[in-house]
Amino acid sequence: MSSTANPIMIGLAGQQNAGKSTMFNMLTGANQHIANYPGVTVDKKVGSYRDKEGRVEVVDLPGTYSLTSFSLEERVARDFLLQEKPEVIVNVIDASSLRRGLYFTFQLLEMSFPVVMALNMVDVAEANGHKIDAFRLSEKLGIPVVPTVGRKSKGRAELKQAIRQTAGTRPAPLPIQYGPLEKPLSAILDLLKESESLGQKVPLRWLAIKLMEEDNEGIRLLKEYHKDAGRVLDTVRDLIAAFRKDTNLSPGDHVVACRDQLAVAIVDECVEITGKDRIRFSEKIDRVLLHRGLAPLFLVFTVYMIYELSIVQGYKLTAITWPVLAWVRGTLAGFLPDPGMLNDTILRSLPLWMIDSVNTLLNYVPIFLILFALIAILEDSGYMARIAFILDRIFQSFGLHGQSTLPFILGGVFTGGCAVPGIMATKGIPDERSRMATILTVPYMNCLAKIPLYALLVNIYFAAHQSWVMLFISTITIIMAMIVAKLLTMTILRGQETAPFVMEMPNYHMPTLMGVLRRAFDRTWVYIKKVGTIVVAVAVCVYVLLQFPGVPEERMADYEVRMGIALADFRENIQGTDFAPMLQEDQAILDLLNIATTYREAKMAASSQEASQTVDERYEALHPELFPLLRARTGETRAISRSLRTLTAERGDIRAAIREDTIVYSYFGKVGRALEPVTQFAGFDWKINVALISSFAARESSVATLGVLFQQGADENIALEERMSRESDAFGTTPLHALALMIFFALYPPCLAATIMIKVQTGSYKWMVFSIIFPTLFGLAIASGVFTIGSALNLSGLQAMAGFYVVALGTALLLSFVRDPAWKAEQMASSGIKGA
Amino acid sequence: MLYRLRRKHRKNGNTCQCEPETAHTACPLDCQVLTQVGKGCRCRIRGHKSCGAVRQRLLDLGFVPNMEVEVVRCATLGDPLEMRVGDYYVTLRKREAALIEVQDL
Repeated sequence: MSSTANPIMIGLAGQQNAGKSTMFNMLTGANQHIANYPGVTVDKKVGSYRDKEGRVEVVDLPGTYSLTSFSLEERVARDFLLQEKPEVIVNVIDASSLRRGLYFTFQLLEMSFPVVMALNMVDVAEANGHKIDAFRLSEKLGIPVVPTVGRKSKGRAELKQAIRQTAGTRPAPLPIQYGPLEKPLSAILDLLKESESLGQKVPLRWLAIKLMEEDNEGIRLLKEYHKDAGRVLDTVRDLIAAFRKDTNLSPGDHVVACRDQLAVAIVDECVEITGKDRIRFSEKIDRVLLHRGLAPLFLVFTVYMIYELSIVQGYKLTAITWPVLAWVRGTLAGFLPDPGMLNDTILRSLPLWMIDSVNTLLNYVPIFLILFALIAILEDSGYMARIAFILDRIFQSFGLHGQSTLPFILGGVFTGGCAVPGIMATKGIPDERSRMATILTVPYMNCLAKIPLYALLVNIYFAAHQSWVMLFISTITIIMAMIVAKLLTMTILRGQETAPFVMEMPNYHMPTLMGVLRRAFDRTWVYIKKVGTIVVAVAVCVYVLLQFPGVPEERMADYEVRMGIALADFRENIQGTDFAPMLQEDQAILDLLNIATTYREAKMAASSQEASQTVDERYEALHPELFPLLRARTGETRAISRSLRTLTAERGDIRAAIREDTIVYSYFGKVGRALEPVTQFAGFDWKINVALISSFAARESSVATLGVLFQQGADENIALEERMSRESDAFGTTPLHALALMIFFALYPPCLAATIMIKVQTGSYKWMVFSIIFPTLFGLAIASGVFTIGSALNLSGLQAMAGFYVVALGTALLLSFVRDPAWKAEQMASSGIKGA
Repeated sequence: MLYRLRRKHRKNGNTCQCEPETAHTACPLDCQVLTQVGKGCRCRIRGHKSCGAVRQRLLDLGFVPNMEVEVVRCATLGDPLEMRVGDYYVTLRKREAALIEVQDL
């Protein structure tokens, strides 16, 4: 059948690490998009290309080791194959582990699909001394075999040609026979043939094998389509029992063994081993890096290097990027309406608010680029799998998985990170229950955005013991995350699917520059997209909730009177000068004030003498009549300039007071006050409440909001630390208050972007809501407990901190001994089987 | 300490009776499950006591009957083991390794 301009669909199937994604990119180029399979969180990559005969749509199936129905990925892949019935399956195989790849190929052939084998990474195999005879292999299997090197796009044309030739042909005859199992299989096959609909739905021989393997999905299919499923199942049960009795093997094991034997036979015949049976290079490295005593040292060193390079050095980079962002803000501000005398129009304040929110987040981009590049290097080199190997024992005690390491590192184990990529990275965890527990605990890590608040509080309340407190913060979060993970896995996650920790240890590879950069940019781009969409949207909501309904009219009237007096004073001062007639109108004075502000900012930004000169020239040309006031030279203008400064300061004071009032009277202010009866047990007053609520949008805003809340006159120009400590002296806040706040902040629900990511990764709003409500209550309970007990016992902040730390650590250790419920269930199931 | 206590715990659950540390020097001849095989020793897989998803996963990664397996190392805290199965390396927890029945070569 030669199909002209006939679009066909092909599926790309293969095991993990076989280079399926590279193959997908090689075939489709840029022409691809990612979607989700309906109803599940597994990625669906779809792309297409054109050949001489028409369009070919390529669907990248999830990477699986086999096609059973145990894991989600396997079910997705299998359902896709059974329902969509693609014309050709391209089976991507890692040439250096051909034996295992063949095991997968047999399963595809059994499902009666026309298969084309892409024998990938032949160069690596040859370097290892395995020379594969592709022609021989093709003969043996009865399917086309195309040697490829995905990274170098070698074999693309041949592969495309083979796909076209295979499309529409009949599936190859099966190369695999099951010996003593053949008789029961043909008996079942006869029974299955009774049903007409079944044969159209699924390949019958495949189903027969599945039934002998006692596969749940196979039984479900039978029950759905076969009228007499009960009788068939009875027969199958008898046949299985007879087979067990005869061979002392379960049919499932026998099937696997047969497949493996055939694979071995084929490998023997088609692969010529030139190299000696040498110890592979990776093993030599592992002897050092995974040495029982040395491994933790290398691990600590690696984590330290990540921290040092990304957080410490990355922060230095922000010194370069921040002025750029500030410049963008300044330029955009120039296009907005001028500020009013007391109130800015919403047209000015809202865009500025949005730019500020975005800027604070974009400031982290350099850090993330470095962090993600380093992590990509770890992943590509193969060391990430080793980290999972080293740490699995600890994670296992808490119901997590060795592969939870990466999400925790991305989320910021010690300091710095972001929960969004962290949650994203949980995709790789095969164990569903651990995956859920990881998703729900990654937000406890110290993301970069939590750091400013910690730094602020530590500077005010614990200045003398900074390093101890920082150590407390960076470790307590892991301890709490472990406790929460254990509690969750023992209770609500109990019923989730678990999987054993069985992981292939990949060879060490030299990471490619392109691969690393691509991954780093991709992950950073996800972060930027989050800033661009969610954060902007939320910034608007927070703005509204913080600015409305606005200052009551009578208070506003008071402020206007105050401003009026200040203006009158100013006019009096300039009475009789040349400038007096020019500055009669309020509007004229306002313009002067605004021009003076921008002039001062421009002068400040000017880095050199010449630049400063240029600013002067520009303003002189723009405002020739006002310029003498800006740059006062004569005695008269100096006096005016002085009173102008007084006026500016007074205006600044009034504006700050209005801003504070706005928040006090805003919706958030009201909520903050309403929550005081509850949060008082944790020692939070309404200002802290408002800061915490607004930090849900993005953590950074906690400090920003506190800054607004604790602001004094702008003329004082003192740091927030000082303002807060001044305030705390007045209201009697102690380090204990600060400790409670820090603990709550550490356990605080993920920011909005992270909760949305949780929705994406868990595929359910239920978990998203849970991820918000549970930490809030849990954090509040713990913070209240620490604060209430601490104040009852009259403990100092440090004493309470130490006490809490000991209790938390003890709880974690105790919990690690609690037996995993899943394990118990598993043992019961296996003993049940044995008993039967 | 944590690990030792844990092991005691497990003994009660009677999944693994042997002490891998003592097995390091000499390869025991009467191994029954994979956890009893010492480091650096090789053996042949006879079958599985596991079932369901665990069994399938083990089979997929090459722990098939008659396959030759070598215990390469165990992690610092004693738990996951690294095995060489055929020509590639796989790690698995002792809990799972205890479900794999082996025999000497």
